Order: sequence, then structure tokens, then C-alpha cells
Amino acid sequence: MSVRSPAGDTGAAAREARAWAILEDVPDPEIPVLSITDLGIVRYVRCDADGQLHVGLTPTYSGCPATEVIRQSVRAALQAHGCADVQLEEVLSPPWSSDWVSAAGRAKLTAFGIAPPATAVSSPRQLRGTPRIACPRCASPDTERISEFGSTPCKAHYRCASCGEPFDYFKCI
Amino acid sequence: MSPRATPVTEADAALHAAHLRYVLRLADTSLVLGQRLGEWVGHAPELEEDLGLANLALDLIGQARLLLTYAGELEGRGRDEDALAFLRDAPEFMNLTLAEQPNGDFGQTIVRQWLIDTWQLQVYEGLTASSDARLAAIAGKALKETRYHHRFSCGWLARLGDGTPESRRRVQRALGELWRFTPELFAADEVDEHMSRAGIAPVLGDLARGWSIQVEADLGAATLERPATHPYPWHGKRGVHSEHLGHLLAEMQHLPRTYPGARW
Repeated sequence: MSVRSPAGDTGAAAREARAWAILEDVPDPEIPVLSITDLGIVRYVRCDADGQLHVGLTPTYSGCPATEVIRQSVRAALQAHGCADVQLEEVLSPPWSSDWVSAAGRAKLTAFGIAPPATAVSSPRQLRGTPRIACPRCASPDTERISEFGSTPCKAHYRCASCGEPFDYFKCI
Repeated sequence: MSPRATPVTEADAALHAAHLRYVLRLADTSLVLGQRLGEWVGHAPELEEDLGLANLALDLIGQARLLLTYAGELEGRGRDEDALAFLRDAPEFMNLTLAEQPNGDFGQTIVRQWLIDTWQLQVYEGLTASSDARLAAIAGKALKETRYHHRFSCGWLARLGDGTPESRRRVQRALGELWRFTPELFAADEVDEHMSRAGIAPVLGDLARGWSIQVEADLGAATLERPATHPYPWHGKRGVHSEHLGHLLAEMQHLPRTYPGARW
């Protein structure tokens, strides 16, 4: 047990809250308008009895190339704010779901020109249908899917029939 | 059971060896298929399908990384994912023979993908109930991805099978070429039996039924005919491969073997 300062803000709960606040400003490297907390990939922040900080991160997709960059950014951000003793832990279960993208994250995606994930993924059956996606530019529901695959594993490629613009759709998984 | 515990009895040692081999089989099937799909990058018939195939490859290689890392820990000899991927020779690879078959034309790639997607759907679904929590977690994650891989491959199977006379002819021919590798998908050997007895893996024979129903449905939608099964004992998962794996590995392993320890 190590208490490094007599000030009350070194308590475990306060350190965890501070770490969450720092992580809220760590951007996703592929969609920088989103923070990693908006994306729902920070699963827990825990400060143990020895004062070590444990951060649980889950990958969005098994092969997501951003995973390593995110680990480095998390470590760097926490260190820059004086949290040097950090243990990053990979959490695979339950697997990441687009349902974990926060309401704030969804609003940021739309403002950035990416249609946010449409439906809650509560059953595999819902994954099979193709929901109507509104165009993030003109809000028209008259859109069509060009490809289920896009510029990153988490996005599909769509086109709006009303304004004629192509756009990315953040997939439901 | 604790996967990293040092085996003490002979039975423990046998279970440990089977466990490691089982995880390597899953890992190598994903890795080899991912490498094959990567060969399409820049060559697919449409930009969208180029991205689609690359996306599938990325998922498969990601799954292989998780599984190889786990296999390295089970083995306990300090080999990481890279050592296992790049420094083993063909007889040490435990992938299904189907996964290493050449890309052929787009139709042949789709048929190979679809056959393995339908197999992985069954296997990963079963593994989510595994007594091995690590394997169950990897399977749960991979299953989500396999569902859209299957949506991609069976969608193209239907478009090609129920498409033009030329696309139909080619995809039916590819099916005939590749069907002979399917008996290996569900042929259980002592490793599979050991794993299902230990509650680590589902019983392979039980999965064959679900696979067959899925395959019938997809072939029906694609108006394709299911070829006759002529069992031939392919043993990719025992390390006995077709002539194609060595060439694939030569390309995949060339850089790390030529420049050992090289870093970006």
C-alpha cells in the first residue's frame, strides 16, 4: 500500500475518475472525432491497492490495425498526466458491440459525415437484415448500400439517392 | 483446468498436447486463408470486392493472431505469434487442406471462402460454450465477424450461381474442384475427440449436420448442385499438406526469414 501524497485526490476512486477524464480525450486513430470512450472500447479503469492503474481495452474487430496505436496513445496520455504505473489489459469477452458507441459518439459521427450504427444489436437475426440508413449530409432515408466493406473494418460504403453523395456508415456488429 | 499448468501425469500431458494442437489448427486455418485472400489485393474484379476480400483477410489474420498468441502460451516455450507464423515449416502447419488451395478465379475464391465460413460458423458457435474461457472469448469475437463473412460469400455464391451461364459454369466447376476437401472439415481424429471429451471443443460429428443444412440452403439459393462426396483422407490438420502450402509459406515467410529480427 503506498500513499504518495497526503492530499485526498490520490484515493483510488479519484484516480480512476481522473484516468477516465484523460481517456475521454484520447482520439480513435481512424475516426479522430471519436474518443476511445465514445467508441466504448475502454471496459474498465481500476486502481488496485498498490496504486497501480489497470485499464481494460477491447478491440473493435479482431484484426483492427488501430489496436496497437490505441494502446500506445492510452499509455502516453496517462503518463503525460502523471499516471506512469499503468497496466493495459486486453478484454475479449463480451466482444465489442456497436451498441457501446455512446450517444455523444453517435452525434459526433453524424456531424463528421459518417452515419452512426442504426439499430441495437440484440440478436444475430438483426445482423442479417439491412436497415434503412439516413444520409448524414441531407438526412434523406433514400440511400443504398454499395458495399458492406469500406475504408476501415468498422464502416460500410453507402450512397444517397437524394443528394447523390457517397458516405460511410458505421456498421452494426 | 488451468491451461498453463505444467502437466504432471501422462493423461495431463496428452490433454495438453491435444489442446495445443487444436488451437494451432484453428489458428493456422485462419492465417493461411487470410494470406490467400491477401493475394487478391489490387487484383479483384471490382474495387468494392477488393476491399471486401481485404477486410475478410484482416479479420482472419486478427483471429489467427489471438489464437497463435494463445498457442504460444500453451506451448510454454517462449514462441510468440510471429515465431509461430513465420518460423514454422509446412509440416508444422495444422490448417485444413481446403484453406491453402489456390485462389483460382473469383468464383473459386468465393466457393473456398463460403465452405470455410459455413464451417467456422459451426465451430465458433460451438466453441462459445467451451470450458476453456480464453478459447470461448476468441470464438465469441470471431463468430460476429464470421457471420458477415458468410453473408458476403453466400451472397456472391448466389449471384454467380444464379447469374450468367458463364458465371454459373465457373462456380459449379469450382465447387466440384473444392468439394473433395470437405470430408476433412468434420473428420474427427484423436485430438478432436480428446477436446470434446474435455468439454473444450464441440463434437465435430454433431456440427456436420448443422453445416449440411446451411450448405443445402445456400446451394439452393444459388441454384447450384451439391457434388457427390468421395472421401479422400486429406490430413492438412495433421501437417500433411497439398503441394500448395509450401509456396504460400515461401511468400509469407520470406521477409522475416531473410532478415531475422528486422523491425520497422
